Amino acid sequence: MITAASATIAAEGGDTFNAPGPSIFDLPGIAGTEVTKPMVQLFLAAILVFGFFFLAARKRALVPGKLQFAGEGAYGFVRNSVARDIIGSHDFQRFVPYLVTIFFFILVNNLFASIPFIQFPTFSRAGMAYALAGLSWVVYNGVGIAKHGLLGYLKLQSVPSGVSPVMYPLLVPLEFFSNILVRPVTLALRLFANMFAGHILLVLFATGGLYLIEHVGGIGYVAGPLAWVLAIAISFLEILVQVLQAYVFVLLNAMYIQGALADEH
Amino acid sequence: MKSLLIAATEAEEHNPLAPEWIEVVLALVAFAILFFAIKKFVVPNFEKTFAERSAAIEGGIAAAATKQAEADAKLAELEQQLADARHEAARIREEAREQGAAIVAEMREQAQVESARIVEHGKAQIEAERQQAVTSLRAEVGTLATGLAGRIVGESLEDDARQARVVERFLAELETAEAADAGKDA
Repeated sequence: MITAASATIAAEGGDTFNAPGPSIFDLPGIAGTEVTKPMVQLFLAAILVFGFFFLAARKRALVPGKLQFAGEGAYGFVRNSVARDIIGSHDFQRFVPYLVTIFFFILVNNLFASIPFIQFPTFSRAGMAYALAGLSWVVYNGVGIAKHGLLGYLKLQSVPSGVSPVMYPLLVPLEFFSNILVRPVTLALRLFANMFAGHILLVLFATGGLYLIEHVGGIGYVAGPLAWVLAIAISFLEILVQVLQAYVFVLLNAMYIQGALADEH
Repeated sequence: MKSLLIAATEAEEHNPLAPEWIEVVLALVAFAILFFAIKKFVVPNFEKTFAERSAAIEGGIAAAATKQAEADAKLAELEQQLADARHEAARIREEAREQGAAIVAEMREQAQVESARIVEHGKAQIEAERQQAVTSLRAEVGTLATGLAGRIVGESLEDDARQARVVERFLAELETAEAADAGKDA
């Protein structure tokens, strides 16, 4: 983590460049209220995702039109490639709504970072990432406890099979730690940190480029536009990361649920 | 970690890792709304569509299988009928051949009987005609002979009784001579 002092570069003209820091994520409320942009984005994403799927699913044609085909493709991707392939064809159906919602909710919220005029990743607000990670933790543990009972579930998650009991004192706390305690933390931090870092990087290249052109002069007229070209390249990389993080999040959710439902670890 | 704290205090910045609780709640609310909306309005529709589609495909396959089975049964039935018909035809042909042979044999027999009858009839007729010819010859030969003899001997043999006697005697002598010759030959 860089301090505000170390991130400050003194230029020849005496102007200083303040590198974008965590403060750029603290947006003011819209029109003087407490409502901030990411809060609006949450509901905008919900409306967009639901609107798309509702319109696509409404017709229920046996031979789908374009919109229905796209909706079925998107829905079928999570349903078949994530839910069914990982959880197994016996149990997956009841998790499909949850997994579809998780994936497309995160996907659209992430893509907001790359959509002009929005350009802010919702889950760079840590609290929002914590919410979904915490929800995932409740879901997969709840599913496991509902199936195996509390003790049976703890045994399933903590006691590795096929290991001699001599190793239990070492392995049981480790397994408990990794399967119960660490998972929500990594889920949340992975999503949050990727969105946070991606956004800060883009802002750095964009504002830095501007600063180079406006205040440095000379080589700055070359380096500034170059920084913007790089910003565009990084934007495409970020789109990839945004999609990937949504996919990873839903994939891990499915795997955790599958592990909680498994008969033998 | 120390620098982070310094940064946070120095710039009076909010620690990015510390959650704003209102955001946690709002994220959960937005997620929950989307979840229930999707669960209620989207998933059932898609699943119904998928089920209907696979049912339509499976129904089509089942219908095709039924049709195929029907066609197979029909074909087997027709082949059976064809075999029966062939068998029947062969039987009828055999029967006809036998009947034909019987008819030919019967006709041949009838013809033989008829021909035998015709031959018999012809023989009888010939015999009768011969007999008639012998009788008329005998009478004529007698007349001619007496006429000739009368001219030769100059004696009228017009007396019928005598004439008949002479002829009879002559013929009888002839017959005895023939019989004696036949006996000698035998």
